[in-house]
Amino acid sequence: MEVSVLPIASAHKEKLISAGYTTLLSIVGVSASRLAQELIIPHREAVEIIKVTLKCCRAVGLEGTHAVLKGSRTAWEMLSDEQNLKLIRTGSEDFDGILGGGIHCGQVTEMGGVPGIGKTQLGIQLAVNVQIPVSYGGLGAKAIYIDTEGSFMPERAYQIAEACIMDTWENLGFSRKEIEDCQEKMQPDHFLANILYFRICSYTEQIAVINYLDKFLEEHKDVKIVIIDSISFHFRQDFKEMVQRTIVLNEMSRQLMKLAERFAVAFLCCRFYYLIMSLQSIQKAHSS
Amino acid sequence: MANKLVAHMGLAQSIANRLAARNIRTAKDALSLPEFDLMTLLGVDMKDVKEAVARISEVACPPYQTALSLLEERLMNDTSGGRLPTSLTGLDDALGGGIPFGVLTELVGPSGIGKSQFCLKLSLLAALPASYGGLDGRVIYIDTESKFSSRRMIEIGRNSFPKIFHSEGMAQEMAGRIIVLRQTSLSEITESMILQCQFLPLHIYDQVTRASCFVYFFRSYCREKGSSSSSMSGSHPPKCPFSFLKSIAEFSRIPIVVTNQVRGHNNEEISRYSFLGKDTDLSVEKFETHHVAALGIQWAHAVTIRLIFEAHSGQKFIKVAKSPFSPPLAFPFTVTSSGVTLLADDGIEMIGQEIGMIRCQGLSMD
Repeated sequence: MEVSVLPIASAHKEKLISAGYTTLLSIVGVSASRLAQELIIPHREAVEIIKVTLKCCRAVGLEGTHAVLKGSRTAWEMLSDEQNLKLIRTGSEDFDGILGGGIHCGQVTEMGGVPGIGKTQLGIQLAVNVQIPVSYGGLGAKAIYIDTEGSFMPERAYQIAEACIMDTWENLGFSRKEIEDCQEKMQPDHFLANILYFRICSYTEQIAVINYLDKFLEEHKDVKIVIIDSISFHFRQDFKEMVQRTIVLNEMSRQLMKLAERFAVAFLCCRFYYLIMSLQSIQKAHSS
Repeated sequence: MANKLVAHMGLAQSIANRLAARNIRTAKDALSLPEFDLMTLLGVDMKDVKEAVARISEVACPPYQTALSLLEERLMNDTSGGRLPTSLTGLDDALGGGIPFGVLTELVGPSGIGKSQFCLKLSLLAALPASYGGLDGRVIYIDTESKFSSRRMIEIGRNSFPKIFHSEGMAQEMAGRIIVLRQTSLSEITESMILQCQFLPLHIYDQVTRASCFVYFFRSYCREKGSSSSSMSGSHPPKCPFSFLKSIAEFSRIPIVVTNQVRGHNNEEISRYSFLGKDTDLSVEKFETHHVAALGIQWAHAVTIRLIFEAHSGQKFIKVAKSPFSPPLAFPFTVTSSGVTLLADDGIEMIGQEIGMIRCQGLSMD
């Protein structure tokens, strides 16, 4: 329902729209004092506006219950959000198919595996793929790479960027003019310049960088993927107490989910997986 | 960064005072506690705690750089393109030029297969002047098995680089650049590593010794640890030198090569790093014996390049088991008077789990 149907002064309607409140539902969840602040109107006028909006909603038959629970939204509203979710392609059609199109922005994806299996490689590949221009089916965005182990090698990223560019040219038949337009953007150097690299050497720095991402992502709105490689490295070695470690890790994962949702950014966390040995093989190993 | 003092971070005075009163002096102290605990400890609002933590995090966070500037920095600062060429053409091509700087390279294989020979040659190559494809630097060789043989090294030198070694005094100069440390216990090794950190800067000042190369033998370490081959050392692992080694490599931009001993034991499985799981292929020849790499998972993660030396079907192979650059290739080799030489420069591509396995056939074991 549009704000324009509200029986209020047009000056107020204009203020509402310019402040970003274009539908009735967007006004309903807001407190009167906040509305007054944003529109720069007296408090009682804001209260009036909200009352009128609620009446209008009920009259039209829209559910008003979410006005009671601040910050809540209906599943229907969330469906349209979910459908508009941006996806980052991994480069393998089958794999993308399993993931539902690609890595989801706004969600935390965990990638686990044994050493040497290719977690870092996939991380670098996604950092490159997120940069594919929108006209070629990508997001045209930047990537943040948080390296805790020192396994990021920029020469490898360069190779992957080159291959990605060649791949894109091959798969999409574009006219000469379109190719020339994007020529500047589709250079490996340009791709590397859009990967923002943090080298983390202790768990304190890891916690610091994740906290700092709140401000950093606010300033760098064009980042659409954050790769943390790997999230468990420092926590394996340096922590003496298990309890404290669990608490810190939980806090960190909550923070990541909050950041992912708030900024609609994909988080990709790499971690180690180990084989759990059967009792038999443990005995064998010990007996030798 | 973790030890930055909270007092110097520009926090609001009241919060700063409270933090000091509770003995929270460094960024590490402040960030190790969850926000709720901090709030109770300091007796302030959650809002103030969040602000303080955000400020501390911002200051404690290391600065970022773009991948491009990282690449340019390395290209500019690293000698010989950031690689130590091994003089084995096929292997060098696979590794993108040679053993890379700044990361750990592991050589793993059964005893007697040629790892030490390879290391001797690498030491020589690092010591050679740049005009001969070397790094023109010093080498630190930590020998825990007393296997280093100067005579053998000079023999390799004479046969591989006859021009240099036959000229006057060059053998002495080259051998003089290789510093051998004999250590047999873990504590000695860690002590010496801390020492090296102190005299490394000297190497950097001295123009001639811009690059160094470390070679370690870790067998004695694993003997001390006992059953360190198992990955289920459930208790807290000891403060291991691995991440320390890795930081030395990274921040001094030198190659560090480590050899890993393989233990033999008799059972029907072909061995591999325990984290790789069971192989469903059971066609194993009876006289192949089986090995387990002697250091565990922690080590496996710290290593960037893993070269497996193995023998089967009457031939020896170097397998590039873990590498960010190359596909899994195996190169047949022999050990001659001039060290390790490849029999073919085109590697054989290995598919699946085979690349991670270590086989030994009829060679003597410890």
